Amino acid sequence: MSQLEIKDLHISIGDKPIVRGLNLTIQQGKVHAIMGPNGTGKSTLAKAIAGHPDYTITEGDVRLDGKSVLAMQPDERARSGLFLAFQYPSEIPGVSIANSLRAAVQARLAEGEELDATAYYKKLYAKMDLLKIDRKFTSRAVNDGFSGGEKKRCEILQMAMLEPKIALMDETDSGLDIDALRIVADGVNAQRSGPSAPGIMLITHYQRLLDYIVPDYVHVLWDGRIVKSGDKSLALELEAKGYDWLKQELAPATA
Amino acid sequence: MSVASSTYLVGSFTPEAFEQSLARCAHLPAWWLDRKRAAYARFAAAPMPQRTNEGWRFSNLSTLTLDGFNLPAPVRFDQLAHRELGVTGAGHLVFANNRLVAAQPLDASTAGAGIIFDTLQNALLQHGDLVKSHLLAQPSKLGSDKFAALHEAFLEDGAFIYVPKGVTATLPVGVFHYASGAGAAVFPHTLVIAGENAKITVADFFRSEKPAEAHFACGGNDLYAGHGASVTYLAMQDWSRATLSFQFNATVARRDARVLSLNLHAGARQARHESFSQLQAPGAHSEMLALTVAHGTQEFDQRTLQIHQAPNTSSNLLYKNALLDQAKTIFSGLIVVDADAQKTDAYQSNRNLMLSDEAEANSLPGLEIQANDVRCTHGATSSRIDREQEFYLESRGIRAAQAQELLVFGFFEEVLGKLEHQELHDRLTEIIREKFRNQ
Ligand SMILES: Nc1ncnc2c1ncn2[C@@H]1O[C@H](COP(=O)(O)OP(=O)(O)OP(=O)(O)O)[C@@H](O)[C@H]1O
Ligand SMILES: [Mg+2]
Repeated sequence: MSQLEIKDLHISIGDKPIVRGLNLTIQQGKVHAIMGPNGTGKSTLAKAIAGHPDYTITEGDVRLDGKSVLAMQPDERARSGLFLAFQYPSEIPGVSIANSLRAAVQARLAEGEELDATAYYKKLYAKMDLLKIDRKFTSRAVNDGFSGGEKKRCEILQMAMLEPKIALMDETDSGLDIDALRIVADGVNAQRSGPSAPGIMLITHYQRLLDYIVPDYVHVLWDGRIVKSGDKSLALELEAKGYDWLKQELAPATA
Repeated sequence: MSVASSTYLVGSFTPEAFEQSLARCAHLPAWWLDRKRAAYARFAAAPMPQRTNEGWRFSNLSTLTLDGFNLPAPVRFDQLAHRELGVTGAGHLVFANNRLVAAQPLDASTAGAGIIFDTLQNALLQHGDLVKSHLLAQPSKLGSDKFAALHEAFLEDGAFIYVPKGVTATLPVGVFHYASGAGAAVFPHTLVIAGENAKITVADFFRSEKPAEAHFACGGNDLYAGHGASVTYLAMQDWSRATLSFQFNATVARRDARVLSLNLHAGARQARHESFSQLQAPGAHSEMLALTVAHGTQEFDQRTLQIHQAPNTSSNLLYKNALLDQAKTIFSGLIVVDADAQKTDAYQSNRNLMLSDEAEANSLPGLEIQANDVRCTHGATSSRIDREQEFYLESRGIRAAQAQELLVFGFFEEVLGKLEHQELHDRLTEIIREKFRNQ
């Protein structure tokens, strides 16, 4: 059983500390929702774990199956089982989805091993059908000119193809209409069953997503730390009472 | 002229070497031999490019040597690691060390009636007038008079393609030029003449037989598109990384003609490419495209000239360079619009993708406009690889080198996408891919 352990993690951008001592363990098959006000460091956490060069880890560790990923390059982290679904996916003109995904799948094969193109396309089309993505999209450039919702669906498509052990999903629900939200959630839920179900860090602002992808745990990130954890009812409580409620509740502790 | 200075001016290409080469052409028409003699005299008299010469600005002149080369002995076709064009039924000519070594003639029933696809030598003997009016008929205007004269003097054989009026060649033709043996000097040439409303696609390949051998390659192509004709020309320069290469292009587009030329620059240690398009009659269009992948300490020196000589003509130049390591590129382009070439629409763009801090891209775009009702745009940009794009691909598990390669292809796609033939497109991308793989 895979797991991601985040231990006393401190992350800075330049010399500005953003994440300040965060602990979290994500087991395979479990969904951890991360909520919290804008600018509290949710994306920073996800991108730093994926190895984005802008973020410096000043303290602590991130371990996948007991092995620290911090010395690994982003591509190595991905091949060892991490996946980041971006809040703002990059547009890459001229590079088709089919080619980039193919390169990603090929990179996971042993040296000298050739990709089985027929099997690859069969799987790709099946996943696309599941996510109701038109097959014409394979020849389109990655995220180039995609609508917000199309970008998010394309992120989930890549996750479905790459079958990570741990997926970091950063506001995958933003920009999705009601139907697309359901399709994406179904796509994620389809990956949640079975022995190779990924552990998921699901960053979101909205209960709406959590109605479809029901979390096992909910954490509130505030000022670079997890200040409260609970089950799915915590999200409902936040939805009802807002972050001010939490602020008051935490006032003595954070003073 | 003293012996010392003449040796300095001709290097390995001595009068004796010229006589040797000329002797191999003794059976060809006298006018051609006279032209070759005159060309040799021009070559021998012309100075090497000087620092003060604007046409050689930014070029490394100290590495432009004429020494250490030889007129190579013949090689057999089976000594070459030749790869077919990959288009079923397409004709090809294979030259190695300036001689024809293999040919797949056109199948008259499928290729299009009356198309002539033969060697230049045969064309000189059988279609002398056609050759005379088009072979190296345009002036050298971009700085390499000396090397262009050298090319003419030593040109022994090449490809001749003539498509008669109203005929569409259904398949592309491939011309392969190989150099083999240390110091081999080769002088490839491809002459394309498309008659009224004719249509053809020609692919030229330049390759060294062994990747480590140093060659001297001094080649040219003439593309002539008659009234309403359409010529697509693709050149894939993949000489060894020790080669000194020159390529001269002259394109003539007549009324409503359309020429697309795409040059891939992958090989050579130093490669100079001069491309000269003349839009001679209303409706003429020239599409000038180039892709360069510059690795190591390679230098790619590209000089272009688009001359609009008639009203309502258009030209579109897009040269894209990807630079890695300590590589260097130079782009110098000039658009000239003659006084009566009103309604000219000319575009010129040089884009450089810098994949290394140590690489150097130089751009010298230029305009010379005498007409008053024209649309001319030109520009040059240099950009780095987008770090967010790179991270995005790497976060999918793609290794850094592969991610860069994908981004280079993404950058090139704007040009690659203009090539309609799938097989040629694939061949082109494969050469680029191979280049990345062999780094
Ligand atoms: N590359 C960067 N350079 C400078 N500051 C940054 C950078 N990335 C993030 N920050 C800052 O770090 C803080 C945390 O940003 P982050 O994107 O992690 O927040 P978030 O919790 O994901 O917010 P949101 O809910 O709006 O997505 C913010 O103050 C942000 O401005
Ligand atoms: Mg965020």
